[in-house]
Amino acid sequence: MTLVSAPSPVEVDQPASAELVDDETHLARPWVTIVWNDPVNLMSYVTFVFITYFGYDKKKAEKLMMEVHQDGRSVVSTGSREEMERDVQAMHEYGLWATLQKADA
Amino acid sequence: MTAGFERAKGGGAVISLSGFEADLLRSLESQLVELLRNEVAAPRDDADPLEALLDFSGPTTEPEDPVLARLFPTAYPEDEEAAGEFRRFTEGSLRDSKARNAALVIDQLEESGLPPLLEEDDTWVDVELDAGSAHAWLRSLTDVRLALATRLGIEDGDEDYWEQLDDEDPRSHVHDIYEWLGFLQETLVRALGG
Repeated sequence: MTLVSAPSPVEVDQPASAELVDDETHLARPWVTIVWNDPVNLMSYVTFVFITYFGYDKKKAEKLMMEVHQDGRSVVSTGSREEMERDVQAMHEYGLWATLQKADA
Repeated sequence: MTAGFERAKGGGAVISLSGFEADLLRSLESQLVELLRNEVAAPRDDADPLEALLDFSGPTTEPEDPVLARLFPTAYPEDEEAAGEFRRFTEGSLRDSKARNAALVIDQLEESGLPPLLEEDDTWVDVELDAGSAHAWLRSLTDVRLALATRLGIEDGDEDYWEQLDDEDPRSHVHDIYEWLGFLQETLVRALGG
């Protein structure tokens, strides 16, 4: 490749490469499951759910639970959109208030 | 009054409930089952009529009842279309699993000696849960607590308000039940090692 090229291929190339960059950004940007604070669920139960469902150790589960409690929300898992939909559904089965979104949204 | 759940050998939990307590829990779980089965999933009104008639798969909009809206929260708060699709594919099975958990609690209370109609007031019901059914109980106690809290309008940090409520206020009695369910759940989590 050279720096000097004819105008027309450049015009054709630009949108194509822009799309490629978009795709790469998209792939590098996973989804997250967020659990929100609510006035009902017990701290012990929320910790129990994080240990039981996600398989986190007690220390990590308690840290996430405290984030939910003190900050109002916590990112509890990261992955593909399909995986996060499964996690959100599971959280709803446990009665936790969960949503999903893109990681940097 | 019950002392709550205790750890059982082999990973489960046991509890002794007075007849009154077991009867109360059965009544709350029955109400939950009715609520879960009652409100019919409304077809989308923006859809093609034929398509709407053929769409058995599930609702796409948030339930009108605030309790159901809390039990089935919107998964995509900022994307109505994705939220509708998610709801359509999940709410039906979520309703079923919550109703199954509640039915299991009722069945186990009755299998443990709670008569269909409680008449004697000195009855005690000893319930033994294996690890699997203990999880179903935990989830169902959560659902009933969420339902009562939504009806009462429970908020963070409002303990003083409920504490000071007049005993004549019917909400005071419901709040006592809500607290009692929280006690049951706390002891069950602890019995399971949480």
